[in-house]
Amino acid sequence: MNSKGASTSGGDGTRDSSAPRRNSKKPKYSRFTQQELPACKPILTPAWIITAFALVGLVFVPIGLASLSASEQVVEIVDRYDIDCIPEQFQNHQLAYMQSSQTNKTCTRNLIVPRKMNSPVYVYYQLDNFYQNHRRYVKSRSDKQLRSKAYEHVTDSCKPEDKANGSAIVPCGLIAWSLFNDTYKFSLDSKVLEVNKKNIAWKSDQDHKFGSDVYPKNFQSGELIGGAKLNASIPLSEQEDLIVWMRTAALPTFRKLYGKIEVDLELNDKITVVIQNNYNTYSFGGKKKLVLSTTTWIGGKNDFLGVAYLTVGGLCLFLSICFVLLYVFKPRTLGDPSYLSWNRNAAGHPS
Amino acid sequence: MSYHIFQSARAQIYSIPFYLTTLGPPLPSLSVPFSRNPRPHSPLRGSARVRSPETSHPARRSSPAAAWRICVIIERNASQSMMKRFVYINDDSSQDSYCDNRISNRKYTLLNFLPKNLWEQFSRFMNQYFLLIACLQLWSLITPVNPASTWGPLIFIFAVSATKEAWDDYNRYLSDKQANEKEVWVVKEGIRKHIQAQDIRIGNIVWLRENDEVPCDLVLIGTSEPQGICYVETAALDGETDLKTRVIPSACIGLAPEQLHKIKGVIECPNPDKDIRRFDGNMRLFPPFIDNDLCPLTINNTLLQSCYLRNTEWACGVAVYTGNETKLGMSRGVPEPKLTAVDAMIDKLTGAIFLFQIVVVIVLGFSGNIWKDTEARKQWYVKYPDEGPWYELLVIPLRFELLCSIMIPISIKVSLDLVKSLYAKFIDWDEEMYDHDTDTPSHAANTAISEDLGQVEYILTDKTGTLTENRMIFRRCCIGGIFYGNENGDALKDAELLNAVAKNVPDVIRFLTIMTICNTVIPVRSNSGAIMYKAQSQDEDALVNAAACLHMVLISKNGNTLEVNFNGSVIQYEILDILEFTSDRKRMSVVVRDCQNEKILLLSKGADEAIFPCAYAGQQIRTSVDAVEQYAQLGLRTLCLGWRELKDDEYEEWSHLFKEASTALFDREWKLAEVCQRLEHDLEILGVTAIEDRLQDGVPETIETLRKSGINFWMLTGDKQNTAIQIALLCNFISSEPKGQLLFINGKTEDEVVRSLERVLLTMRITSSEPKDLAFVVDGWALEVILKQYREAFTELAILSRTAICCRVTPSQKAQLVELLKSCDYRTLAIGDGGNDVRMIQQAHIGVGISGREGLQAARAADYSIGKFRFLKRLILVHGRYSYNRTAFLSQYSFYKSLVICFIQILFSLFSGVSGTSLFNSVSLMAYNVFYTSTPVLTSVLDKDLTEKTVMQHPQILFYCQAGRLLNPSTFAGWFGRSLYHALVVFFISVHAYAGEKCEMEELSMVALSGCIWLQAFVVTLEMNSFTILQHLAIWGNFVAFYVINCIVSTIPSAGMYAIMFRLCKQPSYWITMVLIVAVGMGPVLAIKYFRYTYRSSAINILQQAERSRGIILSMGTLESQLKSVEKDVASLSITQPKNRNPVYEPLLSDSPTATRRSIGSSTFDFFQPSRLSASYSRNCKNN
Repeated sequence: MNSKGASTSGGDGTRDSSAPRRNSKKPKYSRFTQQELPACKPILTPAWIITAFALVGLVFVPIGLASLSASEQVVEIVDRYDIDCIPEQFQNHQLAYMQSSQTNKTCTRNLIVPRKMNSPVYVYYQLDNFYQNHRRYVKSRSDKQLRSKAYEHVTDSCKPEDKANGSAIVPCGLIAWSLFNDTYKFSLDSKVLEVNKKNIAWKSDQDHKFGSDVYPKNFQSGELIGGAKLNASIPLSEQEDLIVWMRTAALPTFRKLYGKIEVDLELNDKITVVIQNNYNTYSFGGKKKLVLSTTTWIGGKNDFLGVAYLTVGGLCLFLSICFVLLYVFKPRTLGDPSYLSWNRNAAGHPS
Repeated sequence: MSYHIFQSARAQIYSIPFYLTTLGPPLPSLSVPFSRNPRPHSPLRGSARVRSPETSHPARRSSPAAAWRICVIIERNASQSMMKRFVYINDDSSQDSYCDNRISNRKYTLLNFLPKNLWEQFSRFMNQYFLLIACLQLWSLITPVNPASTWGPLIFIFAVSATKEAWDDYNRYLSDKQANEKEVWVVKEGIRKHIQAQDIRIGNIVWLRENDEVPCDLVLIGTSEPQGICYVETAALDGETDLKTRVIPSACIGLAPEQLHKIKGVIECPNPDKDIRRFDGNMRLFPPFIDNDLCPLTINNTLLQSCYLRNTEWACGVAVYTGNETKLGMSRGVPEPKLTAVDAMIDKLTGAIFLFQIVVVIVLGFSGNIWKDTEARKQWYVKYPDEGPWYELLVIPLRFELLCSIMIPISIKVSLDLVKSLYAKFIDWDEEMYDHDTDTPSHAANTAISEDLGQVEYILTDKTGTLTENRMIFRRCCIGGIFYGNENGDALKDAELLNAVAKNVPDVIRFLTIMTICNTVIPVRSNSGAIMYKAQSQDEDALVNAAACLHMVLISKNGNTLEVNFNGSVIQYEILDILEFTSDRKRMSVVVRDCQNEKILLLSKGADEAIFPCAYAGQQIRTSVDAVEQYAQLGLRTLCLGWRELKDDEYEEWSHLFKEASTALFDREWKLAEVCQRLEHDLEILGVTAIEDRLQDGVPETIETLRKSGINFWMLTGDKQNTAIQIALLCNFISSEPKGQLLFINGKTEDEVVRSLERVLLTMRITSSEPKDLAFVVDGWALEVILKQYREAFTELAILSRTAICCRVTPSQKAQLVELLKSCDYRTLAIGDGGNDVRMIQQAHIGVGISGREGLQAARAADYSIGKFRFLKRLILVHGRYSYNRTAFLSQYSFYKSLVICFIQILFSLFSGVSGTSLFNSVSLMAYNVFYTSTPVLTSVLDKDLTEKTVMQHPQILFYCQAGRLLNPSTFAGWFGRSLYHALVVFFISVHAYAGEKCEMEELSMVALSGCIWLQAFVVTLEMNSFTILQHLAIWGNFVAFYVINCIVSTIPSAGMYAIMFRLCKQPSYWITMVLIVAVGMGPVLAIKYFRYTYRSSAINILQQAERSRGIILSMGTLESQLKSVEKDVASLSITQPKNRNPVYEPLLSDSPTATRRSIGSSTFDFFQPSRLSASYSRNCKNN
């Protein structure tokens, strides 16, 4: 406000002096060059801060409650089967059991539905302590090869699973090679529950990342068999299990979509799952879990957001109350010049 | 272009060590081995035609073997002096041997630009570091991201600085070209021709006219003056503005101009060096000119390049050094780039971060290897080979090195350069620092050091022309005990004086005569007929003009005759001798013959201490002494005038001695002074003149404001003590008794000086706790003694004293004082206007030149040039302070944002098997550093924490900048902690919100990245103090741009993040997560900031608050006036312990024994917010 007055007078001065002297070196006036752009200068007044904290608190608590209740509505069945699916006699030789081709790896689990689950019910498998984000692993893929047949031989980044028997592997790389290969068969009251395995992958991946003209070739033909085999007659864009698996998880504990059950499950329904327990997590002590879950607007069951919101909201309210109390009991005039040290020293303590 | 290559090749030939050539068979003429002339003809010819030039070295006359031995010995001692060049005067055939007169200040040529520039850039640590990182990234086994993410910015940065260098070099080329193509008169084949300066060859005779610049180093052979002298101004060379006399060598005396065209001869002179005070050569002329006589040459026979010929119609000389081999060219060095305190601090912090990074890399690399050996081998899907290559142990540490390399932000240098040049532009643009009188805007020649302006602790200022206007006006005089002129009017209007003149009072007439004649002023009649005076000194100008006003007009000076018009009658005088002014003699005299009565008169004027001792015994000089004192009290410059009539025989006798002395080859100045002394005695002191040099506008206010802001002022002047003290009093430099006290350091002998220094020091120590304005006064002589032997004591004194007045100091002493303060680690600013200030200006951290009446030398040499002293206030308080604040924020923020992203990477690596996986993709990383986070913060160049008005009202606030309170390790630790906290917040919230079925790599990476961007926007908003439209645009525009860009990238199928952004934007949980990150990240920061702002407010905060409520500002005004007197005391108190200015408050130390000394300081400065992260750092602790 003061600066405005000053600037206009300065502007007049410009015209006065530049009129007689054409070649004046006087700098041209503009608000930018004189650093006089109009600016708002918010300062942290108690009113602002207390309001802000209170407001954040008041907004956060309802959001937290909403998130929490959404998360509560999710019905989730988690069943860890990696240990239980090993027969008694092999408990001490888990790895041998898994690696032997002779052993029967079929395993039956019974699940009880705790609450009514509305369709679609998502079926996930969850792996713990599985480092899909390991650098060696996460880089071992060839997006080009996956996308188009023309780049079939682009396998440089896939080492050590780039070539087998001298020719390129499609799909190459450790990720594809270690494709999860446990299978689940659900039945409800001895009636088969259909698991829909269509549309479990991202549409965008199917359309653009995995080519419809790329067929598995030379896959799992090396000495070491990693995980699942692929049907060589189905193009990669249709291999949805692979597509899901290839979306690497960022954390060592992750769930991946296995399929969808498109019927409602009633309370106390007893679901029988027949598991082909093929995948080796025993060598590194990883866990395998089968998860059946519904979703809400917030996603699957995740209390974190709700709890965090409630906590933050509560803290904000608490802080705003603290600031109010502080303001009431220790009032302080803003901008009181007597607080300025040079004034204070002079006035109070000449020492 | 080809020329430069040629030249450098030749330089190599020259550089072959000459002592090697001396090992060859000794030749008859020993000059030969030492000739650096690659062509043998000239020395041989020289020895044939000239009677052995080595006669000047008697030792060489002995047997060749002995001579050779001696030569080798001398060679060892002074190889320089043995290297000779032979210059054949006016001999066109010998001129190819040496370089022509092409000046080249260029650093590069077209061919060597790229390698040389790259080499220079890579000599900086930061660049080496980034290059190493970029090279490592080419190794695909370890690189976490695309190498382009480092190469891109690196190449960009290099291109920017290379372009800048190229542009500067091009400008140098242009100015060289201008100098090279200047037309000069040169004798070629006996005819005077107009040629370009660059075509001058060694041995050419160059003709100069008055006010011409000397194009190369010449040996003078002829001038227009019959005495064979000419005047040169050497300011560009040594900074001394007085005119110097140069004489032609004795061999050339009396040659007519036509003869000079045909003159032939040889000059033997040393090879080029940079000693501008020495030239040891000799000259021999060939027949038909005087032969057989070897004529010695000294520096007094030379005209050096870049000097100006003054007050001499013409002069001519033989070119002896040309081009870059001139004395000036040899001494021309590239000035050391100045590094600001902020830069140094940033370098230090970078170093610290680098160490931190190394530690992180080692720890993570080590644990990564362990994890690999224990865990990863079990993870069959990772397929670790049993046997790795030999470098396997290194792979993981190097991966982490690359992951962590972003800790040191590559963008910081570009950002800083950018904002710094904008600071400089703001100074250039500032309307309020534009001087209407002289039509000069302020200019920042050095764009890199604006922050230092805000951290100035000492200002060393020149007096004349800097504090004063350097416009001398004759104000008063005292003639024969009668004072003319009083408070109301000057002497020129004093009726009494006019009456006295009208009545022809003899004393007054004589007084006026001295004013008119006793000088070196040259009257010039302009076209309109008016008489103008050309004077070297402003004082003489003032005196002659004043005399003219009193009807004693100097009309003309033709050779030795001089005409004065007094009241219409013309009086002629013949000038017999001029006893010149030197700074040692402090007086000048002329001996004239009055043509009316043939009387010989000695007329003298000079400083009181130089004239009074010459008074004849018995004269009452009491009144004159009083007058001098009285005038000095008023801050006027005084000169005493005296005269004596000489008897003819006395003059004759003396004149003989004088001639002898003035042609002496050794110690001429000293001999002349001695001879002059013989004449200048028994003077009749006529009176005293008092000349006013007015203070510039606003000087006292400026000094008061700046002193209040805690800046210490030293005045360094060549003027005398009394005048300096008076000026100092007038401009609030020192306070008069009883508030202030002056302590004098003086003495006639060294012992006395030392004793007085000790006394002063003692007083200073005792009174340092009292609120008293102490200042010490020292003169040039005492200073010389002290600086030579008692540096330590003087350093202590310098630290204790806020104010000092140094009178009668030379340019080099000024520079020495700057050096002394710099060695105590104070930020110094030197301000001056004249050539004698150039050295001090270049020496100081910041040099400010006033484009004043003494020319532009100071302004050219300075980092900043301003039109008036009063602009200094704005330069420091507004521009310096803002620059410092802005850079402090910008640099720390740059580290903060890089650290945030780096910490997230590190955290992620703990969850990815310590294998060095990057959470973020290359594009995001590059864009984050270069674009998303750089743009908003660049607008901090518009940030203003306080308005300019408030800063001016409360200059004490500058203390924050001086003590480096906004950028130091403890503030940096705050930013470091914040970055760690924010990284934790972003990472853990993202990881938990996106757990289970949602934890897809690309998605999580984008969630974390957008979390960072959200936080950055709010951090910048919170730290910014004022928001103009540009800032809003940058912060929120950048925010929007982030989403736009990522959405665009998300439409590219081949990109890793294809479709990710669209997926995220559709999820409510994404937005909820973002808001949560911001709330958790910013909540505590805001709460702490608010708490500090309100309950532990710093002075800046209080003033910000006060600004908001205008009513309080008004009341502050009144309050301030009440407290003004007390404030001053506090200010002086605060500086008495300057070394205690700790940038952080140290509560822990208050009880420790070392704290007693500090306590004074900290009680004064406890208004600083106690920093939680205080502890160890103390910038000024070196003293303890």
